[in-house]
Amino acid sequence: MSILVDERTRVICQGITGHSGSFHTRQCLDYGTKVVAGVTPGKGGRKVDGVPVFDTVFEAKEETGANASMILVPALFAADAILEAAAAALELVVCITEGIPTLDMIRVMQVLQGTKTRLIGPNCPGIISPGKCKIGIMAGPIHKPGRVGIISRSGTLTYEIAYLLTRRNVGQSTCVGIGGDQITGTSFIDLLKLFEDDPETGALVIIGEIGGTMEEKAAAFIKSDVTKPVVGYIAGVTAPPGKRMGHAGAIISGGHGGAKEKIEALASAGVAMAKTPPEVHDWLASIAPNVVSAS
Amino acid sequence: MNIYEYQAKEILRKHGVQVPRGRVASDSLGAEHVAREIGGVAWVVKAQILAGGRGKAGGVRIARSFDEVKEHTKKILGAPLKTHQTGGSAKKVDKVLVEEWCEIAHELYLAITIDRLQSRIVVVASSEGGVEIEEIAKNNPSAIFREYIDSTTGMMPFQARSLAFRLGIRDKDVARRAVKAMMSIHDLFVQYDCALVEINPLVVTRQAEIVALDAKLSFDDSALSRHPEVAELRDLKGELPAERIARENNLNYIALDGSIGCMVNGAGLAMATMDTIKVYGGTPANFLDVGGGASAEMISKAFSILMSDEKVKVILVNIFGGILKCDVLAEGIVTACREVKPRVPMIVRLEGTNVEQGRAILNASALNISSEPDMKAAAQRAVELAYRS
Repeated sequence: MSILVDERTRVICQGITGHSGSFHTRQCLDYGTKVVAGVTPGKGGRKVDGVPVFDTVFEAKEETGANASMILVPALFAADAILEAAAAALELVVCITEGIPTLDMIRVMQVLQGTKTRLIGPNCPGIISPGKCKIGIMAGPIHKPGRVGIISRSGTLTYEIAYLLTRRNVGQSTCVGIGGDQITGTSFIDLLKLFEDDPETGALVIIGEIGGTMEEKAAAFIKSDVTKPVVGYIAGVTAPPGKRMGHAGAIISGGHGGAKEKIEALASAGVAMAKTPPEVHDWLASIAPNVVSAS
Repeated sequence: MNIYEYQAKEILRKHGVQVPRGRVASDSLGAEHVAREIGGVAWVVKAQILAGGRGKAGGVRIARSFDEVKEHTKKILGAPLKTHQTGGSAKKVDKVLVEEWCEIAHELYLAITIDRLQSRIVVVASSEGGVEIEEIAKNNPSAIFREYIDSTTGMMPFQARSLAFRLGIRDKDVARRAVKAMMSIHDLFVQYDCALVEINPLVVTRQAEIVALDAKLSFDDSALSRHPEVAELRDLKGELPAERIARENNLNYIALDGSIGCMVNGAGLAMATMDTIKVYGGTPANFLDVGGGASAEMISKAFSILMSDEKVKVILVNIFGGILKCDVLAEGIVTACREVKPRVPMIVRLEGTNVEQGRAILNASALNISSEPDMKAAAQRAVELAYRS
């Protein structure tokens, strides 16, 4: 098992004929992901790397039985793409695109509330269940199958930590990047629930950063509802207030969103807090030795 | 992106929200001219900087004669202004806003922003205007009222009415004006893709008008491309050269006070690198995220930004190559060093896509670069070198 995606997941790529879309479709295919269709309006009937292209998500789903989408379209078209995927009733939509206007995402989130579609992202690296399925832009070889579940707001920092674990032979069940924006389709809590119920996941790593209060909410949830061992890392201890640190959502404002409060909240919920990325492995080895050695 | 108070007030005025009559001036004669034009018996002279807390710092002064308008203007323009929001340093003041003075009956607070957890626009109002909202939240949270907006309908009149009543507005005409102001401010928030509109204070005058006495507008950077008229308001003069180069090259750069210049790909890893430096006793000179898909030219620009910072004693490059390939990064560094000779040692940690090619390029370059195998070793080495120099 794993969460959200596995070898049965059938993926379409929205924006498949674009530069990033075609590149990452190839990468996902190479990893073994079942990319069954692509969508670019007006380019239906073509093929990209043998993958049939359709004009609409609805057609792509009807013809191929797809149940998930990877979105790699320019920012100003991304809201439309997400809602098209939701209208076609895809179960999972992973939006990689960075720089979507916040108000677009607010409208999207309100529409999604009435549907069964789960959105991961935007502005995220995507999701990977190592050895089974990769929907995203992360490099496949930095991951290996195993029992640690990773949830993160960051891209490269997640690669860093996943690879640290992989090199020490600690594999992962599923790694999910929820995205660095203010508005994210899926929260830490949504994923904590899924990982808690996934028998294959033995321990969790939660990687947060400054901005917002999602980590504090996650801490409260971990305290009440998570029985598996959790290691945490928060980036941005040295970030000054009032400045946006690269990610649209990474800003300390009005006295909220600082790293210190997040670290304290998670620590008091029983999460082992790493001070540097390599410490994530050390803590896992210490609080979840069976998970680490079994990997 | 933030804009100045006088610009924000022009936008409010255009959308039917009442603001005091006034204009901006850049010297004392100009300020006097504005005061004479407005007329009246008293005026307010306000420093125009992109930070709050001006009142307590002496950046907002009341003048009761034209001479006083001139005097206050000279004082305000004469010295940089340091408030609790200017981040420890003082900001140069180039302009003052001269406005008619108005008689206040009540001061209210109104803000519209994004509630991240609810994924909604939220209108926040308080009966205790003139004070910072964080203070009200701490001392009297029951004086803060909120309305969450349905994005399919926008703000409904009942929501504005409800806020007006909770703010204690009893007079029918005042309530009607308050509702109109709130609805207009909400509409412009949506129209311009704002990130924050804060009116503090929003006042009820003795003449029973609703007036925005101060205004802070902040725009969603991701939406600026669809609002060229807003993008034009960007304050290019207030931008540091390094910040300008960064913005023009799609680099995320924030200057800090430390001695270790950092160049990293990805915002999260960039912050983690800064934090790791601190864990080992050093201080980062900046946040610099070159992004996921940087080109050799972007890397070269990023490098020149780091080298232009005189506080920098050592440069730490930490790259986890994914889309950004390590060989592209190495080429960028070598090109940059050919153009500007590095005056400080450099520590490079590469990992990921094409890492071997990247390391080979650096090794062949004969530059003063030490390669470190991981982030921890790289941070430790950088701290050591920063202290040695």
